[in-house]
This record gives sequence, C-alpha cells and structure tokens, in this order.
Amino acid sequence: MSGYVEGILVLLAINIVLAYGAFLPMSAGQLNLGMAGFAAIGGYVSAYLSNNSAMPVPVAIVLGGVAAALVALAVAIPVLRTRGIYLALATFALGEIVRAAILNLEVVGGAAGYPVAAFIRFPTIAGFTLGVVMLVSLLFATRFGIAITAVHDDERVADLMGLNVRAFQIAAFAVGSGLAGIGGGLYAHHFNYIEAQYFGISLSIYIVLYVLFGGTQSVLGPLLGAIVFTLLPELLRGSAQWRYVLFAAIVIGVMAVRPQGLVTGAQIRRLLAGIAGRKEQPA
Amino acid sequence: MADSISAIERRAIFSQQLVNGLMLGSIYAMVAVALTLSIGVLKFLNFSIPGLFMIGGMVSWSLVHKGLSWPLAVGAALIVAAIASIIVELFTWRWMRRVEEFVPLVSSMAFLILFENLAVVYWGSELQSLPHLFASTDWRLGNLVISVPQLFGLVASIALIAALSLVLARTRLGRALRTIAEDADTALLLGVDIHRVVPLVFLISGVFAALGGVLFALNYRQVQPFMGEALGLKGISAMVVGGMGNTWGAIAGGLIIGLAEVISIDLLGADFVDISVYGLLLLVLIVRPSGILGAAGGGVRT
Repeated sequence: MSGYVEGILVLLAINIVLAYGAFLPMSAGQLNLGMAGFAAIGGYVSAYLSNNSAMPVPVAIVLGGVAAALVALAVAIPVLRTRGIYLALATFALGEIVRAAILNLEVVGGAAGYPVAAFIRFPTIAGFTLGVVMLVSLLFATRFGIAITAVHDDERVADLMGLNVRAFQIAAFAVGSGLAGIGGGLYAHHFNYIEAQYFGISLSIYIVLYVLFGGTQSVLGPLLGAIVFTLLPELLRGSAQWRYVLFAAIVIGVMAVRPQGLVTGAQIRRLLAGIAGRKEQPA
Repeated sequence: MADSISAIERRAIFSQQLVNGLMLGSIYAMVAVALTLSIGVLKFLNFSIPGLFMIGGMVSWSLVHKGLSWPLAVGAALIVAAIASIIVELFTWRWMRRVEEFVPLVSSMAFLILFENLAVVYWGSELQSLPHLFASTDWRLGNLVISVPQLFGLVASIALIAALSLVLARTRLGRALRTIAEDADTALLLGVDIHRVVPLVFLISGVFAALGGVLFALNYRQVQPFMGEALGLKGISAMVVGGMGNTWGAIAGGLIIGLAEVISIDLLGADFVDISVYGLLLLVLIVRPSGILGAAGGGVRT
C-alpha cells in the first residue's frame, strides 16, 4: 500500500469513527458541537498513557475514549435539564475550554504540540473502525435504537410511553463522545503528533456536516457522509481553499434540496423489503 | 516608596485595560445582537454571522486599500454583507423544509466555511493592516488614553442597539417580529407577512454583524479571513451571558465578556482568556441558561 493511499484510508477510517460519535446524540435529537474537544481529550489522554507507561496502544486508545465519555457525562447531566440549543452551546463551550486548557498544559507540550512515540498502522485503525461500526449497528438493532428514534421523533410521546428520555439522551451523548475520544486516540497514534489548534471548532463543524450530509435516520448515513467527504476532495483538483468552497456549497445545496440527508430510514426499509421479496419468489 | 509608585502604575494600567475591555465588549455586543435577533425571532442559531462580521471587515479593508474613502468603503461593505445575509436566508429559511431542528444551523455553518474560504481564495489568508483613519486619534483623560475610533465604536454600537430596541418595542415591524417570536403559525393567521418580515431579520442581523467587523477593522486596523471565528464565537458567549433573545442583554453580555477578558489577562495571564470566557459561558448555561437579563424560552425582549 503506498503512503498516499494509506494516509487517505487512515483519515477515512478516523472520520468514520468521529462521524458515528456525532451521529449517536443526533439520532436522539441532540447536537454535539464540541466533537473536537472530546477527540482532543481522547487523543491527549491516550497519548499520555502510551508515552508514560508500558500499556499497549489499543488499551490506551480505549481508555482515552472512556475519559472523553466521562467528561461528557459530567457536562450532560446538568446541561440536559434544559433543551435543544443549550446543549449544543454547552458542548461548543466545552470544546473551546478543552482546546484552551491544552494550550496551557505544559505536561503535554502546551502550545508547542505533543509528540507521540507509539505508532499504529492502517490495519489496527481499520479494526477499531470496524468495531465502532458494528457496535453502533448492533445498538440500533436492539431496543436502544427504537427508543432513541422514539425520543428523537417526539420526546413527549416517548416519555408517555414510559421511556426515560433523559437517560437515553445522556447515554447517546456520552457514548458518542467516547467514540470521538477513540477517534482522537487513533489520530494521535498514527500521525505521532497532536496540537491543540487542530481540535478547533472547524473540526467539530466538519464532523457534524458529514453526518447531516449522509443522513441521521439510518446507521448507514454517517458512513456514507464520511466516505463522500473524505474521498471527494482527493478527486477534486485545485487548491485546498477551492475544495472547501465546493464542500460548503455542496452541503448547502444538499441541505436545501434534501434536508433529511442522502440515505433515509424509509429507503433502507424499502431496499430490505425488496431483497426479502425477491427471495420469497419461487425460482 | 517605590512600591507605592508601582501600585499606582499598576492601577493606571488596569484602568486602561478596563477601557480597552469595554471597547472590545462593544464589538462583541454588535455580534451578539445580530445573533440574538435571529435566535429570538426565528429560534435559529445563525452560524453565518461570524462570516458576515468578517465580510464587513475584509471588504472595508479591501476598498480602503484600493483608495476608496472610508465612508464609501464601509457603505459598500454593509451592502455586500446584507446581500450575503439574504442569500443565507434563501438557503437556510425560505427554501428549506424543516425536517430536523438543526438543519438551518448546519447550513449556516456551511455558509461560514464558504465565506471564509472564498475570502482566502480572493484575498489570501495573510493578516492585512489598515491605515490610521485620523491623524491624531488619542485623547488623554487623566492617566487614560482613549482612542477616538474606540470611543466612536462604543457610542455607535450602544446607540445602534438602543435604536433597534426602540424599533422592536414601538413600531409595526417590531410588533410583527415579536408575534413571529411567539408563534410563527399564529403570526401568519393574524396577517403578519412572514415572507416579507423574515428577510428583514436576516438583513438587520447581517448589517449589525458587518458593522461589528467594520468597528473591529477601525479599532485594531487588522483584518484576516478567519477573524470572524475568534470574535464571532465570543459574540455567542456574550449573547448567552446577556440572555438569548434580549437586545439589551447583548450589550450587557458583550461588555461582561470584554471585561472578563481583560480581568483574566490581569489576574491569570493572556493564556487563560479563552478558558475564562468559555468557562463563563458553560457556567451560565448550567446555572442560569436564560442569561442575566433574559427569560428562558426565547422571544425578543427589549
């Protein structure tokens, strides 16, 4: 595998993990605008652990994810008392606080950035990505997925049906933040260097855009969104700025024409019904 | 003896910083009022506003740089921002079917990326400097140095926000906006022409954001395509701290954030500014999400 191809595949795999991290709370109707902050927590915690102990890298990355999930839990419990836009704003604030705090943390290099000694290649990262995709797919195949969809579609009715709406929202938010942390850990250990500036609001915005572009109604949405937006820029020629301009224009256009994203739940059900129907027909 | 002198000097430096903080705060207030109008009337967190702020600053710089006079350059910058804001309205509001609550928010984020990168394509990403507007721009007031553009900025932004509050409280347009803020469907039933009034919300908030950018360019004489991110995001904090949907809250929040910045520089050092500002934002969201002047649940208040 050439370095160029491996580099793109690694970014794709990490973007998929981050996209699922943003997808989980969105599928419960909550917007996380601090994805970059949670990715930074995971990246820095896992890098610190693998730099300063004999811990195997995958274990360090998982612990980085756990750290991000715990921080998310601590913020979500007070903030989710209020509704809608307040959580988005609180996650945005948290993301900025994390970035600013890292800039002042000399133990992880401060503004100079933090070198990471251990190195993981594409197969390990792909293993993590596969695990995350399977985990989220499994979650959505269980009662959890139905409950989350119910919470998203109508909180009040879900509450009346006996679902603990807040618990589901907090769970989706914390698990999603944990996935962001894992994404950050993977990034840190492949590129061997992390800096606070990378984990700014733009990263959070891009991740959210991947997911909404792909669609929030089906588990396939974030996968598709991440694939399109990681590979599309590589196919386009021209300067990085023109790529961003085009990226933004495509998102605006798609949102205006098809605000539900590329894939919807109904499409998937039709597709599955079609396959099932064909099987039932006598040969 | 030496100690007491240094204490006096310290106090002079600190009061100078307070003045600077108020001036910076008035710029945040302009961004905050743009955001608060949008969220108060339409319940829409419009992320393109930091982009419109940048357009105000960059277009003024570009035209002044080309030799245009300041008033003409500023006028042109406001017109460009107004047009851009109306384009945002078309794609985030008028042509949008609302399946997800946060779809307009996401489109407005894409507009921020679009505006920033178009500016980089057109002007490059370097920091650009502007010439002094006046020959001598500093007034001395005891120990304090107050620059004329700063004072102009503070007075102008408070006057403009006060004027907007009056419009919201007293005029037919203000009544229409407050009706939409209560309930858009009911407003339509009561004969409010939503399709004429909503573009006005975008127009006014776009012009306020761009004026904030112009004031920034006048005061700090530096512009850059990503200037909206740092300033605009602080504007979000100012809006929340003051109380979402409250125009006077935007001023209060802007000044509080400006002061919080200079005080944390004085007490903790420059590296802690963002931690204090966003920490304050998070604290307000947890303890009093309605902000210091607002009441929870949106709506425009004057």
